[in-house]
Parts: sequence; C-alpha cells; structure tokens
Amino acid sequence: MIDSIAGRNLITLQHVSQQAIVEILDTADAFVEVNARAIKKVPTLKGRVVASLFFEESTRTRLSFETAAKRLSADVLSLAVASSSVKKGESLRDTIATIDALGIDAVVMRHSASGAPEQVSRFVPHVRVINAGDGQHQHPTQGLLDVFTIRQVLAERHGTTGRESGSELFVGLKVLIVGDLRHSRVARSDVMAYTTLGATVRVCAPGTLLPVDVSQWPVEVVENFDEALGWADVVGVLRLQKERGTGSLVPSLGEFTRTHGLTWERARRLSPSTLITHPGPMNRGVEIDSRVADLDVALMERQVANGVPIRMSVLYLSLAGRAPERSADE
Amino acid sequence: MSSDVLISGGTVIHATSTERADVLVRDGRVLAVGVDLDRPAGATVIDAEGCWVGPGFVDLHTHLREPGREEAETVLSGARAAAVGGYSAVVAMPNTEPAIDNAMVAQFVLDRGREAAVDVAVAGAITAGRLGEHLAEIAEMAALGVRLFTDDGTGVQNPLVMRRALTYARPLGVRLAQHCEDEALAAGGVMNEGEVSSRLGLAGRTAVAEEVMVQRDIELVRLTGCPLHFLHLSTARSIAMVTAARREGLPVTCEVAPHHLLLDDTACADFDAIFKVHPPLRTASDVSAARDALRDGRIDAVATDHAPHAPELKEMSFDDAPAGMLGLEHAASITLDVVGDDALRFFEVLSRAPAAIAQLRASDERPRHSAHGGDVREGDDANLVVFDPRQRYMVDREKLQSRAVNTPYDGRVFVGRTRALLVRGNVRVNEGSLS
Repeated sequence: MIDSIAGRNLITLQHVSQQAIVEILDTADAFVEVNARAIKKVPTLKGRVVASLFFEESTRTRLSFETAAKRLSADVLSLAVASSSVKKGESLRDTIATIDALGIDAVVMRHSASGAPEQVSRFVPHVRVINAGDGQHQHPTQGLLDVFTIRQVLAERHGTTGRESGSELFVGLKVLIVGDLRHSRVARSDVMAYTTLGATVRVCAPGTLLPVDVSQWPVEVVENFDEALGWADVVGVLRLQKERGTGSLVPSLGEFTRTHGLTWERARRLSPSTLITHPGPMNRGVEIDSRVADLDVALMERQVANGVPIRMSVLYLSLAGRAPERSADE
Repeated sequence: MSSDVLISGGTVIHATSTERADVLVRDGRVLAVGVDLDRPAGATVIDAEGCWVGPGFVDLHTHLREPGREEAETVLSGARAAAVGGYSAVVAMPNTEPAIDNAMVAQFVLDRGREAAVDVAVAGAITAGRLGEHLAEIAEMAALGVRLFTDDGTGVQNPLVMRRALTYARPLGVRLAQHCEDEALAAGGVMNEGEVSSRLGLAGRTAVAEEVMVQRDIELVRLTGCPLHFLHLSTARSIAMVTAARREGLPVTCEVAPHHLLLDDTACADFDAIFKVHPPLRTASDVSAARDALRDGRIDAVATDHAPHAPELKEMSFDDAPAGMLGLEHAASITLDVVGDDALRFFEVLSRAPAAIAQLRASDERPRHSAHGGDVREGDDANLVVFDPRQRYMVDREKLQSRAVNTPYDGRVFVGRTRALLVRGNVRVNEGSLS
C-alpha cells in the first residue's frame, strides 16, 4: 500500500491507501481556492517540465491536465500522438526516449493499450508518470475527481467542508456503477477510489459488458437495475464504449437503453437526493437521458471543473515530492 | 574423424535402469559402457562425477526464425542455445517468413542445419502459407525426411481442412501437431482470461478456446485414425481430455512448455510483454495440474516453444507485442524442478519421448539425421548429454546464446545444468560452455 503519492508515479489506484487518497483530495481542495482567484496561478512547479503524451485523442482530459500544469507554472510540452499517426510497431521506448531527451520531469500519458504507462515508467525511471487513462485498465485522476466531487457535494449538504470531513462522508455511502464495465478504465478506478474511502459499491451491467471475473473486486454484482437504483445514494453512469466493439456485445443500443439506461422514467423514481455522475463524453439518449443529464443532481459539470484541481493536486504531489504545507494554504 | 571421448564417473541413465559407468565414444558412436574404462591415448575426458549421462535432449518445438526473422534468431544461433541447454536435436517450427510449407524452404532450413551445433530437423506446415485453407505439399516434404507437420502459431481453424489434413497424412507415416486455440473464441486476447485479465483490463484468451480445439481434434483423430500431437497444452482440462483419449487407445501424444510448468498469469500483472505467450500463462492451478501430469506420465514431453523476438518488439505495448518467450537454455532446469531426482522420467520427457514423436530414434526411418533418444548402449549414435542435477546458477539475459533476450527467467536461480554435450560424437559443450 502507498500512503502518499508524494514523489511517486500515479498509474493505478489499486495500491493507493485511504490516507493517500485523502491527501490528494485535501490538496485539491486547496487548489480549488486558487482556481477561484482572479489570477489563477501559483509558482509551485515553476521551471518544471510536464509533457502531455496522448497516444489516444482526448481533448477534455488533455486540456484539463494542461490547464492544471500551467496553473502550477510548469512548462507544458503538448504532444498529441493520435494512434492513427503512430505507426503500429514503434516501440514505446523509442517514443518516450525522444520526449525524455527534451528534458522533462513528468509525463502525463494516455494510451489505448492497458499497461502502457507502467511500461513507460520502467523505461524512464527518473520521470514521474501520471496515467491519464490506459486502455481498459485505469484512469486514476477520473476516479479521484469523482470521489472529490461527491465529497464536495456531501460536505455542502452536511454544512461542513471536504477537508474537515476526510473520508467520513463515504462511510455507509451506497454507490451503484452501471453500464459498460467491461471496457471501462473509469469503473476500475472508481471502484478502488470509492471502496478505499469506505463506500459500498454495487455494479450492474448486461452480462456481456461485465468483466469476465470480478470475484476479487470489492463489489457486489447485481442483476436488477431498477432495484439497485432504489438502493443507491450515488449512481455512476458509464459511457457505452461503442468504439471498443460494444456493438457486438449488446443486441442494440435501444435494448441497452431499455435494460440499463438511466432513462427519464427511472430518474423520476430516484430519491431526490440521489447523485448522478458520468465521466463524459455522454451518449445522450443511450446510457443517460438528455433531461436526466441536465438535472441538478447530475454532477457532470462539477466533475469537469474538479478535474483541474485534482490534476493540480496529483501533479503537485508527484512532482514536488511532498504534501503542501498546511499553514501556507490556510 | 573426431577424437575419442571418455565420459568418466557419471551415472548412465538408460531407458529403464541406471548404472554408475563410464561411456567411451569413438567415430560418432558409443563404443563401450562400463565401469572404469581405460582412457585411450589422445581421448578427451569429460568429468561426469555427480552427473547424469543420458541421451541428448530433443526439442519438438523450436522457433529458429530463419528464414525471415534473422534479427531474432538464426538456425546457427538457435542451435547454440539448444546446445547449452543440453539438446542434441531440435525440430524447427515452420512459421518462418516464408513459411516452411514446401520442399524448397524445408530443404533450405535442413541445409542451414548441417552447419549447426546440433541436429536440426524440420516441421512442415499443414496448410499453404499457414493460412488454414489449402493443404501444403506434405508428401514432398515428407520425402525430404520431414516427419512432423503443424501450422503452429495458430491452429488449423477450419475443422474440414483439419480432417482432410489428417486423412492425407495418415498413409504417409507422418504426424500432425496442433496449436490448439480457436481464434474466434480467443477473440484477439493477449493473456489468460480470468481474474487477473479482468483487473488489468487486458483482453483475455479463454482456456476454453484451447479446450474446444483439443476436443474437436480428438474427435477428428477418432474419425481418421491419424496420429496427432498436441502442442503446448496449458490447461488442466486440456490435459484431462488428451489423457482420456489416450486411455481409449487413440493415437495422441502431448507436450507441455516449460513456462507453463513454472509461471502463472499473475506474471502479467506488471504489463511486461516478455510474459505474453500463446497459449497464455494460465492459473496457478493449471500450472499445478501440468506439473502433476508431467510427473505421472500423462504428458509425454517437455517442449520449449522457444520463441525469440527482437527486443524492440517486446518493448511495445502488451496489446501490440508479439507472443512468445525463450526456452531452450532453461527448459531442463525447469523439468528437473518438476520431476526431481527421477532421472528416468527426466530423460523420458526431455529426450526419449520427443525423439519417438519426431521419429528421430534409431528404429525410425530418418533420412539425414542421426539417432536420438537412445538407450546409451554400445553402437548408439553418440548424441549424449552430461547433466549436473545439483549445479545452481542465475539466469543472466546478457549471457544467452540465443540472439534474442526475451527470457522470462532473467535473474532467477535454477538448479541443474548441462555440463557437456556430444552431438554425433563431437563435443559441443564442455564444462557448461560451447566448445
């Protein structure tokens, strides 16, 4: 178990302890304040170079990371290496060696193949590697910003702050994750983040969209989506990843929507306090109804906004190698 | 001719008995086996004190990569790796570029093998280009001495083509060998499907993809009567199916690869593509089943599936990297780890059974090759290994004979190593090093 990501890579949430996650969330809370200022910039990582290396295109995540790095005053090398332009067969080592030769301190990396960031971390042990999503493996900053968002909302409801609450608000919290778990790196990170903080997680998916063996996951698989909706305090809707061959795994999008979509009819039966998350980009009308996505309890815009402080926090801890001094922030 | 060789002070492992004896080799043959043999003038003496002296190992499953992938391995470099591993003969797999699917390419590899450190036999492809559609020119390759045919790398997917291949091969006296994995069911997976793949988000190859083809082929053997060899069985159920077929009297044999005797799918958890192989590393219980079956005789042979790949290919992502790992230099140590001090079993699975399957024994008709897997008796071709079952060593991938370095055992400590190897009476390895 890792009790702090200070000075470390962040590739998976698998072995990251509750203490380490709370440290990331608390640090992000401090950066929320920075983002509220007129001049949204701190000199923390001045002179450090962060490369963003996206082998798989993702404008949202890349912008979020690059914004985070810039607000920390890091120099950003942005290399969009879309999969189509990378000749299959180029070794990861060659690509990263080229970038490393430019002199970088950290690489934020997205790749369509599971494990690519971990492989890269072995090729350049002196560079901090932040996983921005690898294949169907992990998307740790998404998992972190999801729990950060939930903590923020629950803290507001309880008249407290995220930092004061630590992980308390997750004790007994009931989280339902629904949809294309098989292809979802978000789900794998969410499950780790929520359960490490003490929440109870259930998952629900068509049989073909569940990973083959989740017997060792700290989750309960449930068949009845409607029943689970009544149970949940938080519903994490996943994006149906049509580009990953989901088309042949369910009979039709229509049937998927009818069996596992968060339709208007289903949303109307939810308790008014039930929160809804979605990692985006949404397939409106498929996994989530358009009107549902626009409800106040649907937190998508907050999730996006929180992406920046969470990524500032991760970059800061990983690169600065220490937690921020509390006194300076408070 | 080569000089006389006296292998002195070892324990000779015959097929069904062992004895403390010296072995004298002259003119490529065993001249005498006995206690305290006199050393002829000028003879090379190999000190075999504490060692097993038996027939050189025979690998049914070696990828030599020539022609086409000489940057990963050549016939000569692969043969050197085989020699230090204790092999006096290897069967070169046909998934070269171009494939060994006709007499001309088979002849090319056989010719390259004449200069190699060990005997090089060739397996031909079952289908043209290994595409699984039309039969390759099996009879013409058989006329050159090719005795084993396989599309290894993939199995013959179409059951009708496989049926025809078996029916065609039967009167030729050759044996087909199958890489059992139904590609449709394997669905492009890159590691064993299960708990680990689900956690890592890597696409899985289900064990059932192997098992359905094993069962399909057992039924085709029943239908055609043609012998079939099952390559690198990796699951407990595959082994059980072949065991049951053999009990029925069907002409089936099977092998296990050393990595399936030692490593399980948790080895993939760091996404190191060195551990990517087809069939994939399975679960710990499959490993345990394979070890039991090797010990008790349900598995005929250990075969390396030695699969060299250039380093840059193994540095690609786990999805993109090619499948396969090295095996020749360490298979005997792993086999020893499984069978322990059962020297008879050790030489059965590494030499005698594979020699029989490849038809390389003295009793087989084997144009071009000397006899392997013998009883270590006077008159045998002198293909002999001196194996020290107690020597400990650490694997260093920088010191391999293979041109490639994709060993999954780097840094691991093994026990049991080849001290000397004679091929056709010539000392190829002495004191653990190539001579």
